[in-house]
Parts: sequence; C-alpha cells; structure tokens
Amino acid sequence: MIEFRGVTKQFPDGTVAVAGVDIVVPPRKTTVFVGSSGSGKTTLLRMINRMVDPTAGQVLIDGTDVATLEPVGLRRGIGYVMQNSGLLPHRKVIDNVATVPLLRGEKKAVAHARALELLDTVGLDRSLADKYPSQLSGGQQQRVGVARGLAVDPNILLMDEPFGAVDPIVRAELQQELLRLQGELGKTVVFVTHDIDEAFLLGDQVVIMQHGGQISQAASPAEILANPADDFVADFVGANRGKRALHLTEVDGRRIVVDDDGRPAGVLAS
Amino acid sequence: MNLLLDGIAWILDPANWTGVGSIPERIAQHLAISATVLVISALIALPIGTLVGHTGRGKELVVTVSGGLRALPTLGLLTLLALWLGIGLQAPIIALVVLALPPLLAGAYSGLESVDRRTVDAARAMGMREGQIIGKVEVPLGMPIIVGGIRSATLQIIATATLAAYIADDGLGRFIFAGLKTRDYAEMLGGSILVILLALAIDGLFAIIQRLVVPAGVRATRTRELRSRPPRPRAVVGRPITEGNPE
Amino acid sequence: MNWLWSNLDLVGELMLTHLALSVPAIILSFVISVPIGWIAHRYRWSRGVLLSLCGLLYAIPSLALLIALPIVTGQRTTSPINLVIALTLYGIAVIVRTAADAFDAVEPDVRQSATAIGYSAAGRFWGVELPLAGPVLLSGLRVVIVSTVSLATIGAVIGVQSLGSLFTDGLQRGIQAEIITGIVATMVLAIGLDWASVAIGRMLMPWWRPSAAERRRTLDRVERVDAA
Repeated sequence: MIEFRGVTKQFPDGTVAVAGVDIVVPPRKTTVFVGSSGSGKTTLLRMINRMVDPTAGQVLIDGTDVATLEPVGLRRGIGYVMQNSGLLPHRKVIDNVATVPLLRGEKKAVAHARALELLDTVGLDRSLADKYPSQLSGGQQQRVGVARGLAVDPNILLMDEPFGAVDPIVRAELQQELLRLQGELGKTVVFVTHDIDEAFLLGDQVVIMQHGGQISQAASPAEILANPADDFVADFVGANRGKRALHLTEVDGRRIVVDDDGRPAGVLAS
Repeated sequence: MNLLLDGIAWILDPANWTGVGSIPERIAQHLAISATVLVISALIALPIGTLVGHTGRGKELVVTVSGGLRALPTLGLLTLLALWLGIGLQAPIIALVVLALPPLLAGAYSGLESVDRRTVDAARAMGMREGQIIGKVEVPLGMPIIVGGIRSATLQIIATATLAAYIADDGLGRFIFAGLKTRDYAEMLGGSILVILLALAIDGLFAIIQRLVVPAGVRATRTRELRSRPPRPRAVVGRPITEGNPE
Repeated sequence: MNWLWSNLDLVGELMLTHLALSVPAIILSFVISVPIGWIAHRYRWSRGVLLSLCGLLYAIPSLALLIALPIVTGQRTTSPINLVIALTLYGIAVIVRTAADAFDAVEPDVRQSATAIGYSAAGRFWGVELPLAGPVLLSGLRVVIVSTVSLATIGAVIGVQSLGSLFTDGLQRGIQAEIITGIVATMVLAIGLDWASVAIGRMLMPWWRPSAAERRRTLDRVERVDAA
C-alpha cells in the first residue's frame, strides 16, 4: 500500500506542482492518476521512488516513510516505465532488461535467463534480445520498457504515460497486454496518463487531478461516471456529452444504444 | 615546384636520418612532448568537464574561462613563460597545456550534455548511482564528442609543439628555425612537410577512433536517421525534464 | 608601464599592421565560405567532400602552412600576403562547416512557402535563406575573428611584422612589459572586432535580438567548432 499524506511540492521557482494531496493507493490494484499537463500527476508518481522529494507531507510505502529510505536502493526495488521507454540506446534489449538485476549484483547468466523469460511475459519474441532499442518499433520498445520494469519482480510498478508516444492501434494493443499482465501478476500499479479513456480502461481506482496539483475525485470509474464530484470532473470525463452520454432508442424492435451525437454505440444485451 | 622538390630531397637525404638531431629523433621528441602535454591536460580537463556536463553546474564559468583562454595568443603566452622560466621545455609544456584545456573541457561537457536527458532520467529512476549514470550511460553515449575534443586538443598541441622549438631545442620545429637562421629553405620546408604529415596522420587516426567509439546501438539509429531526415545541427540533443528534481 | 609610454607609437603602428593582416583575411574567408557552405548544404554529395577538406585544412599546423604555402602561391614566406592567405584558409576551414549548418537550420517550411509565394531561386537565397541563416553565420564569423587575430601573431617568428613582433622582440631583449602589452593589445583587437561584427550584424538584421540564450549558444559554438 502506498499512502500520500498531506503531500505538497513547490519548486524553487515558486510553482506549486502538488498541493496538499492525501490519497491511498491500494495494493495489487491499478491506480491511475489522470489530468492535463501541469496537474502534478507525474510529480506525484515520481515521489514514490524519490525522483522528487515533497516539500511538505509524507509518502509511505507499507507504513514506511520513503524519506527514511536510501533513494538508490528504493528505486532498484520499484519498477519504472516511462514514455519513450527510456531504454539505454547503447545496450542490447537483453542487457536493458537485465540492467537492474545486474546493478543489484546478480550473476549475468541468471539475469539474462530471467530477462529472456520476461520477453516472453511481455509478448516479445526472444530473437529480439540481441537487437538494439533503435532497431525496434515504438510498441516493441514500450514492451521492453515494461519487461525492464518487471525485472526485479517488484511489488510496485510505476508507469509514467508509458503509451503516450505510440500510435492508437498499438496503444490499444499495449493496454490489453497490460490488463492481461496485471491479471496474471497482480502488482501495485501506479499509472499516469492524460487520456481519460485509458484511465477508465485500466484503473481500478482513478484519481482525477486538476491544475495546481489538487485531487478533484478519487474513485472507481463507475462511481466517477455515476457521481462526478463537481462540474470540473463531469466536464473532464465528458459524462454529459459525446460518447459517454448514451441513450436508448428502439430500431426494428431492438434496443440500440446511441451516443450524444446519435451515433450507434451498441445493442443493449438482455 | 623546384622548391617542393628541394624540400622532399632534404627529407629523403640519408644524412638527415642519422646522428644527433636526426629526423627520427625529432619526430620522437615531438610526439613525446605532445603526449606529455595531452596526458597532463586531459587529467585536468576531463574530470572537470565530465562533472560540469553531468551536473550542468559551472558551465557559464567554464565557457567564459575557456573562451578567454582561446583569445590568448599562444606565442605571447609562450614567450612570456619563457622569460619567466628560462629556455627549456617547462615554458612550452605549460603553454601547451593551457592551449589544450578549452577543447578538452568543451568535448567532455558537451559530450555528456548531448545525452538525451530522458535516458539519464530513466537510468536514475532505475536506481543507478550518480557515478554509475556517468560511467555506464553518459560517458559511453557521449564518447564520440569527448574523443572529438581530444582530437582537436591533440591537433592544437602538435601544431603548437612546433613553436616550442622557438624556446627549446626540441621537436620538429627545430628544422624550421634552424633553416630560418641559415636561410636554408629546403630544411624549413622539409621540417614543415614532416609536421604536416604528422598532424594529418594523427588526425586520421583520431577520425578512425572517433568512428569506433560510437556505441553500436547509436550507430543503428544514425544510419536510419540519415536515410529519413536531412542533416540538421545536433547542437542540443537532450531535452530538459521539467517535472521532478534530479538531485 | 614605462615601456608602454615610451613605445606608444610602435604599439599603435603594430596594431594597425595587425588589423591590416587580419581584417582582410576575416572578410575574405567569410565571403568565400558562405557560397561553399551553401553548396555543401544544397548538394548532399558535396557535403562530405567539402567538410572533410576543411577538416584537413584545419589540421595543418599554422607555422608549417606559412612555410609551405609559397610553393603554391609563389610569394615569399615573409610577405604579408602569404600570411593573409594562410589566415584566410584557416578562416574558411572554420566557417564553411558553420555556414552549411546555418543553411541547414533554415526551416524547410519557410523555404517552401517562399517558393510558393513566388520567389525565384536567387531571390529566395538573398531574400529568405541568407537572412535567416544570418545569426548562425555571424556566430561562425565571431569564432574566426578571435582565432584569426590570435593566429596572426605567429607570423612574427618567421619575420612578418604584427603585434606578434612584440613577443619575439620582448623575448630577445628580455622585456616582460613588451610581451604583456602584445598579449593585451591582441586580445583588445579581438574583442573590438568581435563587438564590431555584432554591431554590424544588428544593423543588417534589425529583427535579430541576441537573447541571453543565444549569446550562450554562440559561446557554445566556439567550443563546439573544436569538438566537431
């Protein structure tokens, strides 16, 4: 379990990225922080592995304040996947996946064997192991990034807009892969995105952030749609327009669901 | 063209290849003084440049100081030091070290700076220590530019080591100044040709090294880029990360 | 200081001589390099060849070049023209690369829209590409100004009069003040010409506002020319 207690981050230039956030990230579930840029979502994520230290408040992992932990060791125990994969361009795929185990002093043979298994886990062919990141497609690179994040079998997986830079078709594929993986592995996933659809698809808990680093609402997707906390949330999730404002109409005796623009979205199953 | 032939004839004259102050001896001296200077200046400049490139701190200072050093006329520095320290190798070595610092510093810090900040950020997020980030990520990726700095420094050292003969009885420059004194143009030209050949050979050597140190994965990107995009100046490769505070 | 007061005439005269050597070399190398840089930018096949040639030229030690040049030019080694030619060659070696980069940096969109609104090829060069490449060209010129003024002193060791003569003379006669005067005068000339070039740049490119960031980049370019 990860707990934010009254966490604030003010940068030296005076900008407040995060303002007094209290939130609990439940274990073995996916929590998605969603908001537009400048809402402090990435800063919150980076506080978990101390890439950013809060100027006030505490971040606790299983009851331990991370401020008391040595950052390097902490980071080695937490998986981290970022946009553009962040792979080391001068190392082969297999070495990238095995980076953290090797940093921790594991034997190379062991780390490589495990890295190959991880390629299977994320749905990559083992023949890619000897390629360099630049020789892979964007989607493949992201999969390698996920494999690297999983390399030390961490309890916590931080994902910072991991699918932001790939095209929509590949993104949909990767989202499904993540759902499958999460079903198998049951990690505590903290996911950051600006895409509300992605948040609703992946999140058990969705945390909607607004500009200035405050939480507008934290709840399950269904609750948010049913009871948006305020106008900002309703507007942000688009609860009352477009493809989320669904109506029933009857066509040839069957009940069809259409969206706000009258485009058919599906058939009501009985 | 006769002049050129005279110069070549001087180089080929067997009498110049033996005895005290022979061509091989002068070449060896020239290389020895250059190597000494390169080692000293690299020991000073590379660690500083690496730290500046890694932390981003002190860059203004380094750029200003090395800009100033560059405007400093070498011959002036050399003669002033010679006046203070007397005839001998001390003055040229110090002057040459001062000369070699700016390109070495620039190569080191711009090499590290050229590494994509996101890659560095990812390395840190994975749990690399600062030293590991430098050693395993920034230095290997910045190596072509670091070597570029060493190449440029070496060339300047070799070129200016010729001037050292103005102060000390040392190196290939000796032939130039001896020829100047006796009005023997063939000897001056022969010495010049040797210096030019030496410089070009070393430069060629470095060109090869510079190619070899491009990390394999980066080479793969470059060829792809070349195919798809027109060449653009890659002055700034890294992009600052706005969120977060790398310590 | 005494030495300086009693030799003000000499110093002034040598400064003028020094200017007469370095300014023509700076202007010539700029005028020659811009078209070469444009060719390197425009025709891909020529780029590698031209830039490699410049790299080779840059690698040749200056003193050796001064002595070897007369084979080609027929000048005496001690003639000022010989020195100006050598300085021009080094200037070219530096600016061509910068010029190619400068033209590369002009946005293709801008170039295409210029063509689209009806510029001819020549009109586009003078009216669009050259002005837009201007700031980067100027930064290359500034590098050359500093290096040329400093390099011109080398001629003194083979007998070409310049501020460098204060170094050789000062060493022979053991006058420290003379050498220091020479160093200061050389640096003053370099900085003065640098300022002048920026002033001219402002006049010719009134839209150009050298920001702090750009000044830093210019300094940076000075460094990078070396590392390149």
